[in-house]
Amino acid sequence: MIKFIEALLSQLAQTMLVVVFAPLMLGWVNQCRAWLQNRSGPGVLQPYRVLHKLFHKDALIAHNASAIFRSAPYIQFGCMALAASIVPVVETNLAFSPAADVIALVGIFALARVFSSLAAMDIGTSFGSLGARREMLVASLSEPALLMVFFTPLLIAQSSSLTVIVDTLAHREFAIYPSLAFAAVAFVMVLLAENARIPIDNPSTHLELTMIHEALILEYSARHLALIEWATAIKLTVYCAIGIALFLPWGMVEAGDWPMFPVAVGILVAKLALAGAGLAVMETVSAKMRIFRAPEFLGMAFLFAVLGLLIRLLLGA
Amino acid sequence: MPISLQLINLMAALLLLIAFAMLSQRRILSLIYLFAWQGAVLAANSVIVAWSTGQTHLYYSALVTFALKVVVLPWILHRLIIRLNIKWDVETLINIPTTMLAGIALVIISFNLALPISQLAGTITRGTLGIAIAIVLLSFLMMITRRKAVPQVIGFLAMENGLFFAATSTTYGMPMVVELGIALDVLIGMVILGIFFFQVREAFDSLDLKHMEKLREE
Repeated sequence: MIKFIEALLSQLAQTMLVVVFAPLMLGWVNQCRAWLQNRSGPGVLQPYRVLHKLFHKDALIAHNASAIFRSAPYIQFGCMALAASIVPVVETNLAFSPAADVIALVGIFALARVFSSLAAMDIGTSFGSLGARREMLVASLSEPALLMVFFTPLLIAQSSSLTVIVDTLAHREFAIYPSLAFAAVAFVMVLLAENARIPIDNPSTHLELTMIHEALILEYSARHLALIEWATAIKLTVYCAIGIALFLPWGMVEAGDWPMFPVAVGILVAKLALAGAGLAVMETVSAKMRIFRAPEFLGMAFLFAVLGLLIRLLLGA
Repeated sequence: MPISLQLINLMAALLLLIAFAMLSQRRILSLIYLFAWQGAVLAANSVIVAWSTGQTHLYYSALVTFALKVVVLPWILHRLIIRLNIKWDVETLINIPTTMLAGIALVIISFNLALPISQLAGTITRGTLGIAIAIVLLSFLMMITRRKAVPQVIGFLAMENGLFFAATSTTYGMPMVVELGIALDVLIGMVILGIFFFQVREAFDSLDLKHMEKLREE
């Protein structure tokens, strides 16, 4: 019983950590981008101000909006919060972890995406359906790549549960795994595509020819928009956390080691800060590609993931 | 797993990665850089194998590889594309994802092909034979999918790299005499092909090899 309560506590702490500080992560990435572009930037707390502003506005909803449109932001936020509670960020002792493995995690992301696309098409504006189609194009290519990325660590750990994978990877003796390196490269490419970052989509544009993610949420306002923005921030943070957990898991504490908890949080914050800065650098040095080049980009990601898998299976490395 | 074997596996994986990068690279200049990188990884691999097995002749072979494939050949190629004025040439490759999938199929085939052979070999590097065959086949695929002359020649040279890697991984390299002979062959071949490029362009006004498919009677 004590064990279960402890797991529950650690679960709560980690989920709150990710959900509450996700906008900070987004703000940090934007701030780094601003610095790299020689702008002073709005400060790392800007996403919180935006959320605060949006939550205090009155929501406007189109007359022909159905229940899907109203419920989609809540579903998206719920999916992302659930994803945040499955991914171990500080400690692997999670009460919710038996509920879903990495494959279910991909499914949770897919669920959120399906509802955001449905909601975008619900109003019937041309932008919404355009965005939904593009989103589905990208998703249909990035999802298999993401699954393939997960298969390599899954083979190494011989388990599909994320906590077991992280436990195995974090506490093994140091060895060079070329297969994991390939999977990591593929994962970064999928991360860029799934989070609507620059080579695939520009998060700060409202240009109708190029936008994907922004087209989906064009009709939303006030608290709905705030929830979606927040869910986007959580998604980015969760993706970074998955990348850290799979490819740089060192520094995670053992289950029940409470005194080390703050240290692990510090290590996590440092890793996330580095990941955010890296993301900003990647976005600054690359240009957005044409939408029809996206299949090529994601095909490369798939290729890398499969190569990692092959090397793991056939070379045992 | 000993650290040297891990490093060899890493080098093998890098070589495979570079082979795929060459397959999908459109720019000729980047292709030459990739070829130089392939040579560098190959040389590093030879050094690691030499260091872990005590085969001193592999050090010389690594030195020859480095001098030839990282310095001389890329330099010749670079000069060639400047002289031919195709430095910024971009080739139109059709359907890169399909080519990549074909490449993955080739990798699986070559791993299957190498499995019985590598079980017979007694070297510590035997696992990498599959990757060596894969590099040969991928370079071959690259030669098939390219239409311009220079990328085809680079594909040919990459194929030679794959063979060299296969020799290193199965028998710790060929005898020094053979290796020097091959090195000289590749160098001379490159020089002759370089002259050939100019002749091709003079005759057809282009380096596109599809013009050579038709016989002309004059």
